Amino acid sequence: MIRLIECFGRSLISFFRNGVAVAEETGRILLFLLATLKQLVLPPFELTTIFRQMLEVGVRSVPVVMVTAIFTGMVFALQTYTGFKRFGAETLVGTVVALSMTRELGPVLTGLIVSGRAGAAMAAELGTMRVTEQIDALETLATNPVKYLVVPRFVAGLVMMPALSVCADIIGIIGGYFVTVGLYHTSSVVYWKQTWNFIESADIYNGLIKACFFGGSISIISSYKGFNTSGGAEGVGKATTGAVVLSSMTILIADYFLSSWLFG
Amino acid sequence: MIRLDEVYKAFGSNQVLTGASLVVKKGESRVVIGGSGSGKSVILKHIVGIMKPDKGRVLIEDVDIASRSEHDLYEIRKKFGMLFQMAALFDSMSVGENVGFALTRKGTLKPAEIKEIVVEKLKLVGLMNVENLMPSELSGGMKKRVGLARAIAHEPEILLYDEPTTGLDPITADAINDLIVDLRERLKVTSVAITHDMHSSYRIGDSISMLYQGKIIATGTPDEIRNTVDPIVRQFITGSAVGPIKIEGVTHERIYSRA
Repeated sequence: MIRLIECFGRSLISFFRNGVAVAEETGRILLFLLATLKQLVLPPFELTTIFRQMLEVGVRSVPVVMVTAIFTGMVFALQTYTGFKRFGAETLVGTVVALSMTRELGPVLTGLIVSGRAGAAMAAELGTMRVTEQIDALETLATNPVKYLVVPRFVAGLVMMPALSVCADIIGIIGGYFVTVGLYHTSSVVYWKQTWNFIESADIYNGLIKACFFGGSISIISSYKGFNTSGGAEGVGKATTGAVVLSSMTILIADYFLSSWLFG
Repeated sequence: MIRLDEVYKAFGSNQVLTGASLVVKKGESRVVIGGSGSGKSVILKHIVGIMKPDKGRVLIEDVDIASRSEHDLYEIRKKFGMLFQMAALFDSMSVGENVGFALTRKGTLKPAEIKEIVVEKLKLVGLMNVENLMPSELSGGMKKRVGLARAIAHEPEILLYDEPTTGLDPITADAINDLIVDLRERLKVTSVAITHDMHSSYRIGDSISMLYQGKIIATGTPDEIRNTVDPIVRQFITGSAVGPIKIEGVTHERIYSRA
């Protein structure tokens, strides 16, 4: 009995300790975000590095986002068509694919891909710069590292995630078209008509608000993890893994709350 | 003048500096020696304001940098040039971009003027036609030279060297020492170097201070340090495992048994 109480007590202490650690980490990330926002509005503006990061985060992510979106749209249409056929609603496939892509799958899948690709790269690059003292070197050269390194990544995330999300929406809907019209020989006119008739502008821009939030979160979390790397190559590995895991979790958790707020 | 007054710094439970005091006069070249992990780099990072003391003051030209705003601190840092232990060159930039970084950030010079200064500074450290190379294409010695060129490109008043000869072969290390002495004579800058390489210390320093257990325990000219009777300094400069300085996990019996 005493051992049972001991075990329960230990679990309780461990639970609270973990809770405190999570709260501390969240607080530090929010402070890091505030420091970034402060540097974002102060001149000079790092336009060249912002464009370089937009290229890295956005343009270079296009192929993998496209492949993911087209196959997601295709499999979604395939599953929806075979399911809806049971009660004769196969003409609504276009509507379901369009609503799912714009409201949910476009922003979330793009976010997960960008966190795995660009977020990991940010954490690894900044982590390597930290352990090789390049961030200290920036400071000794009178350059604020948050302004020079984090602000461009943050802006790139905010701007490029919605852009990628729009591409994913369009490509996903086209993927659905290939399956519905090409494979199941539904009328092309019906597919497009059903897509446009039921989709509202709020579906698109609320999806883009989510994408914008995800983009900012990925950049801040990944940069934070990179900035706080210690312990050489192993530390860089841990920071990279931590950045991808935390960004992905944030996207999935925030997605629920944002969706219930925006669409609820 | 650089002045550290009773500086304390701890990382978690590890108390690294325990009242370290140091005065470096204008134009002086000071070397701080001490064992690995003794807090030498921490001293340099306090001087340049990357770290703030838990207690005590760090004064640069009588300005307490720990109490200054972030903006002021970046202005003060323009007076500094720093050579890092592993050079800390920016991987994503060419040698030329690295050396011209501070000048480009300043924004007052035209690209052609910056290029001219970059070539001149690289020549000063004995390098030519390397502007377009990437840091990954350079040897360790070349990286240190480029790091040195980057540190002096904006003509700082104070130069800081973090283990300038560590990781280099003896000949390259001596060449770097020559370069530091040459720069000191040409540029007349105040400099602080930290190292555990005694040969380098005697070559580049006007004076040498020893950091031990978080405090500066001795300061003197290279000759005074060389002839010191202080058992701690003596053990360090002679590189003996036997003496008052104990290395964690190593006993001299084990050293003898290996010999």
